[in-house]
Amino acid sequence: MVLSQCELTVLVTSTRSDSHNWNLVFLQLLIEELGHRVIGLGPCVPDDLLIEECRASRPDLVVMSSVNGHGYRDGLGAITRLRREPSLAELPVVIGGKLGVTGAPDTDAALGLLDAGFTAVFDDGNVAAFREFLTLPAGRPGRERDIARRNRVTA
Amino acid sequence: MTAAAAPTAVRAPVLRSPFGRFVAESAAAGRLVVQPRMGFADLPRMRLGLERTKSAAATTVGTLTIDSYTRLGDHAAARRALDEGAGLNGYPIVSHSRATTRALLDGVRDASFPVQVRHGSSRPHHIIRALAGAGIDATEGGPVSYCLPYGRTPLRDSVRNWARACELLADTVPAPHLESFGGCMLGQLCPPSLLVAISLLEAVFFTRHGIGSVSMSYAQQAHPAQDEEAVLALRRLAAEFLPAGTDWHIVLYTYMGVFPVTEHGAGRLLEESARLAVRSGARRLIVKTAAEAHRIPTVEENVRSLEAAALAAAGATVPPAGTPAPESGIHAEARAFVTAVLDLGDDLGRSLTAAFERGHLDVPFCLHPDNAGRSRSFVDAEGLLRWSSVGSMPIRPDPGPGARAAMTSDQLMSALHGVARRFDHP
Repeated sequence: MVLSQCELTVLVTSTRSDSHNWNLVFLQLLIEELGHRVIGLGPCVPDDLLIEECRASRPDLVVMSSVNGHGYRDGLGAITRLRREPSLAELPVVIGGKLGVTGAPDTDAALGLLDAGFTAVFDDGNVAAFREFLTLPAGRPGRERDIARRNRVTA
Repeated sequence: MTAAAAPTAVRAPVLRSPFGRFVAESAAAGRLVVQPRMGFADLPRMRLGLERTKSAAATTVGTLTIDSYTRLGDHAAARRALDEGAGLNGYPIVSHSRATTRALLDGVRDASFPVQVRHGSSRPHHIIRALAGAGIDATEGGPVSYCLPYGRTPLRDSVRNWARACELLADTVPAPHLESFGGCMLGQLCPPSLLVAISLLEAVFFTRHGIGSVSMSYAQQAHPAQDEEAVLALRRLAAEFLPAGTDWHIVLYTYMGVFPVTEHGAGRLLEESARLAVRSGARRLIVKTAAEAHRIPTVEENVRSLEAAALAAAGATVPPAGTPAPESGIHAEARAFVTAVLDLGDDLGRSLTAAFERGHLDVPFCLHPDNAGRSRSFVDAEGLLRWSSVGSMPIRPDPGPGARAAMTSDQLMSALHGVARRFDHP
């Protein structure tokens, strides 16, 4: 199965403290153009709301985007909470954007996000890797982690 | 009236806020006030930032930009980040004690160096209390501009919060100054007339809730002539709609969208904004830095930008009096928005809420549920920002060449990066 050939329901969300919009508008258009349905939660999404929405709308994928520099911290909090919910333990959840305040990718922090339960972590502007993620065959063990690690190293 | 009664007829001088007075006096001396966006959780760094801003070779005011946890009212998260020594994207004014903030400002803030708190909160109560407690008299915000693009608070609640915030500010600070963020909606791709109208309406809202010194913002967009026309339109509308005796000025923001990534591109865009400020009669400029495309700028980068902007402003020429202003209809459109809202009733907060409900005001690309989301904009071949769709707004659509019903992600990316591209690759 190739992800892009079936219509997925993708939940697009910001992190809890991030009020930016353009990243969310762009992701919505991009994911829709790839043939999927988007549920947009908008900016500043609290963890409780994210979990509630994941339960209610049963998305196939969650895309979390952040540019305000609190992405590592907020992402870690969100995924830790989300993975505690048994019904959401297997849900693919990815994160990307400007995740720290220094502007430099922080590989340790990104690996920390993966260890805490994110399926993939994308650096700011790495749309190609995100597209690749959405179009590669699903189900290959370790595929997301491969992409994520490669992304960290090459970004 | 007898001659003896005449002295009582002379109006007392308007009590200007220290912030408003500083800007007015600088303008009278022909100097543009420049200001950074600057906020650090680390106290020595924040202090150094204020000191270096003050000593920069420019006419400056200082800034405490507040972190986004505090902005959202999540003071526990800000406190935890402070305790853990984690990086924050601003100064957590509520988590720091009043004494700490007073000590931070002691010996830096004075009549020659006002300090403004910049935040972005639709629930500003705690921030206002904290800044008033620390003796600060200037801040910014707005019922619409701190709600619609940047959060989840219902507009109705934000309006109520900002009415109370204005009243709290007026009650706790002797002569406060409040700036509308309304000239920024989403930072880019909002046509100038709507920015002008929202900025003006928010300033009127502030005055109706007890604030006597206000500034109206306008964020530099895609085209210098269009921006100049917009600032002039804002000044005309301010003169017409603000109550007599209001102390007001225009503050320009250097481009708030995707910023050039090269040093020369960022520098040229900044200088263009400084010249625009001088040409259009804005009295204050909030600068950006070359680091903006990547991360939060350092103190040194901010100082370099302040000095570069001041230099560009000093070399800019004011058009001679009587020079005809560019006129493409921005003033008429903005006036149509303003009167459409004011005609909805005496309670401006209610009218703003109703105007968004009815789509009379409709910010393009804004995801907030209280925004109708039927308007769309585009950048035409000449670089002018125009309406491709106006939804239910009280203006005409502008279906010139290049107008598109829908934008693809690539086209959106291209539009968002247009200014950066132009300045990075001249």
